[in-house]
Amino acid sequence: MSRLETLDTRGLLCPLPVIRTQDKIKTLAPGMLLDVFATDPGTLHDIPAWCRVHGHELVETETEGRDIRIRVRVCK
Amino acid sequence: MAEQRKAVALISGGLDSMLAAKVIMEQGIHVEGINFFTGFCVEGHTHAIREKDRAKPKRNNALWVAEQLGIKLHIIDVIEEYKDVLLNPKHGYGANLNPCLDCKVFMVRKALAWGFMEENGFDFIITGEVIGQRPMSQRKDTMPVIARESGADDRLLRPLCAKNLPPTLPEKEGWINREGLYDFNGRTRKPQIQLAESFGFSDWAQPAGGCCFLTDPQYSAKLTDLWKAHGHRDYELDDIVLLKIGRHIRPAPNFKLIVGREEGENNYLEGYRKTFISLHPVSHRGPLCLIDGTPNAEDIHLAARIVARYSQGKTATQVCVAVQQPGSVAEEMSVVPLPAAELSENWHVSA
Repeated sequence: MSRLETLDTRGLLCPLPVIRTQDKIKTLAPGMLLDVFATDPGTLHDIPAWCRVHGHELVETETEGRDIRIRVRVCK
Repeated sequence: MAEQRKAVALISGGLDSMLAAKVIMEQGIHVEGINFFTGFCVEGHTHAIREKDRAKPKRNNALWVAEQLGIKLHIIDVIEEYKDVLLNPKHGYGANLNPCLDCKVFMVRKALAWGFMEENGFDFIITGEVIGQRPMSQRKDTMPVIARESGADDRLLRPLCAKNLPPTLPEKEGWINREGLYDFNGRTRKPQIQLAESFGFSDWAQPAGGCCFLTDPQYSAKLTDLWKAHGHRDYELDDIVLLKIGRHIRPAPNFKLIVGREEGENNYLEGYRKTFISLHPVSHRGPLCLIDGTPNAEDIHLAARIVARYSQGKTATQVCVAVQQPGSVAEEMSVVPLPAAELSENWHVSA
């Protein structure tokens, strides 16, 4: 099972959640999973876009009220 | 086989930097984008806050450009380092608090430092600058200033106006064919639009006031007011984000009200109730208000009357307003809404 890391960006506005995700992923090995917790709805667009341009896999997104969770699999 | 050369492109999210990157990619160069977040970028923040903007597409234009071009984009947080650019601009400000020339020098220098790190291994920097496009930073005489002061020198290539400038290292070394570069000049956008069409681009961002809040007179007035009130020219990220939100009303030098204009702003201001005195009407629907400064009891009473004035009870004889000090229980006070005539125009912080 892939190792899961978490990143809390709640309260931050884009692009800061994207920057924090980018910096966190630099420290993770390929195959690892990262759950990004956020409240800015812009992350639902920006983090998937960032994943696409960098070749990481968007596994799933989940929204409950204002809370957002975005799961990314780190690729090479 | 020739070595694959690499260029780092400053990507703002606008058309010019998109075209500049594309022109160089067409010459077989590996291009990656870099984008800097200063805290004053129009991207992001406000569309995440205001309800009226929530229906708009939430794309980050720099990321969108990177996707269109098929390149990586590295977004760099420069909030702390940018303070010195804004507070001590060697070349001064533009029409507002925009230190455009110092900003460009800073960004090219940062791109150079990032791109030339051993693990990144880039050979040169490209920007979408066009001579004459901007009155402060994009002039014939400022182009060499940016190249020199950033330390990039001839490793800085402006593909859209390169033919109006001396050859740069990538041209001299034969990595780039100068004939494939352009000689755009002046404020007209026609050549860019034609080039975009030739590349098949049909959509691009056209930010009305540029991509930086510091070019906005209203925003600059609020920042000047903040510095004056705090007694020093400095800021934290929360300060400059709050300047983008709500009505800013300063009835006296010692305190300022930030009054939410709609639900999205009220929700966002909620997050600051732990650090600011906050007020909201309880007998009627109305805005959340934060007080920045050191108000006395009389000031808080006036603030409550102003909040009541922006509530649905503005014509009522009395409005009950909850006042909460950070970390304390809210206390309610009944006030007469401030009549419009008593809300001085001079209290509104604006240009």
